[in-house]
Amino acid sequence: MTGALLEARELQTYYGASHVLRGVDFRVARGETVGLMGRNGMGKTTLLKSMLGLVKPRYGGVWVRGELVTGVEPWRIARRGIAYVPEGRGIFPNLSVRENLTMAARPGVEGRCDWTCQRVLETFPRLAQRLRHGGWQLSGGEQQMLTIGRALMTNPDLLILDEATEGLAPHVAREIWRIIREIRAHGIATLIVDKNHAAVTAISDRNVILVKGQVVFEGDGPTLRARPEILLQHLGV
Amino acid sequence: MDFYSLLIQLLNAVQYGLLLFLVASGLTLIFGIMGIINLAHGSFYMIGAYLAFSLASLTGSLLWAVLLGTVLAVALGLFLEWALFSRFYRREHLEQVLLTYGLILVFEELRSLILGNDVHGVAVPAALSASIPLTDTLSYPVYRLFMSGVCLVLAGGLYLLIQRTRVGMMIRAGSSNREMVQSLGLNINLVYRLVFALGVALAALAGMIAAPASSVYPGMGTQVLIICFVVVVIGGIGSVWGALLAALLIGLVDTFGKVFLPSISGLLVYLLMAVILLWRPEGLVKRT
Repeated sequence: MTGALLEARELQTYYGASHVLRGVDFRVARGETVGLMGRNGMGKTTLLKSMLGLVKPRYGGVWVRGELVTGVEPWRIARRGIAYVPEGRGIFPNLSVRENLTMAARPGVEGRCDWTCQRVLETFPRLAQRLRHGGWQLSGGEQQMLTIGRALMTNPDLLILDEATEGLAPHVAREIWRIIREIRAHGIATLIVDKNHAAVTAISDRNVILVKGQVVFEGDGPTLRARPEILLQHLGV
Repeated sequence: MDFYSLLIQLLNAVQYGLLLFLVASGLTLIFGIMGIINLAHGSFYMIGAYLAFSLASLTGSLLWAVLLGTVLAVALGLFLEWALFSRFYRREHLEQVLLTYGLILVFEELRSLILGNDVHGVAVPAALSASIPLTDTLSYPVYRLFMSGVCLVLAGGLYLLIQRTRVGMMIRAGSSNREMVQSLGLNINLVYRLVFALGVALAALAGMIAAPASSVYPGMGTQVLIICFVVVVIGGIGSVWGALLAALLIGLVDTFGKVFLPSISGLLVYLLMAVILLWRPEGLVKRT
């Protein structure tokens, strides 16, 4: 295989009789930032979950660092350096902030331990003030910071963010984007699904648009910005 | 009723409550975390008691019987989870009930084939066979205090495991979001297997230490199962601390009910459940 960190080929996924992914080719290279776009129900989250092993694709394959991981248990895929920040966050409400972070802690694939609890708390000072609070006591923005911080505790090579700024107040969303840029600058590859297309294309190296489970566009930010009709046609903006 | 009689009843109530807690804690963990309704949980209590009986006869020592029995119970739990229960996590509750009801029949039949249908007794170890004299006529057996002590130590250990260790964090996290635990690179299946084996071991341990105080008899598992479901429902499904509260409450109501209201004592526990459910439909401790 090629040197991609994460690669999917001809992925087809069904939910019951509904054919959600209709042959998707997708890849993220080391250190690359990819924006994944598409309207609701076009298969973005299904593509993420199929690559993470959380949903079983019916056809096609997924490779991490050139190794076939189709059918491998999700936790084994995650251990290959992929961290997932799911839509709707997914903090553990019955664990404290500190526990949410420490339970995830693990060295990266190559043994790196760049992200420690201390470093995460420096990145998210608001969490530092709430270490003893239960996850359920946090505001939406704090929960999102905790989910991202928790993902970083696994020292990933790829961070997948599904609607990380959804439902957040503008100033909180700006804070999240600042952090995503910081993570990106650190050399961690990021795969971003977000409705704020301007913010995505501003930091992405490459963008992929999904329509009805198929890739209809692939290109960098300037290309996408230069052709607003593509956004209008496929995303309605 | 004088002070000492009251004290004796109180000690009995606490001891009974703590023993119930040992069995019910596994039941509530297995239901709360894996979503399995395990009707066979009472059988593990029965198996524990029969292990104590047969291993104590073989080795001549209750201590050895309990140690060996615990190892066997853990092995049984690991095996059952691997062979059967792990295939039922995503199934309907009805299918789980059928599986676990079937297991009750299998375990009872095996018990009958291997050890027969007689009622057995297990001798209290000599070191614990004394009684503490309270008055000229009243005394309290040391073994019952020992049982309460063991239950308290195990409850404390369970608390530390769940609240203070990384495995405990994974157990708690697994009860709220299984998919997310996996996405963090943690093997949730292993956590489930350990929790199941822990539940089996606790129930069997309860049976083992109860064996010398009561007798060992066919059907003892079913009896404890029903009351344990009451504990789980009163305590709040999935809550270990709720189960502790509920078990102690049931211990008190049952024991003092037999003293003060003997004619309806069999009903009191269920009345208590009804009242608590009317007051708090989700049980005493609601999970966050």
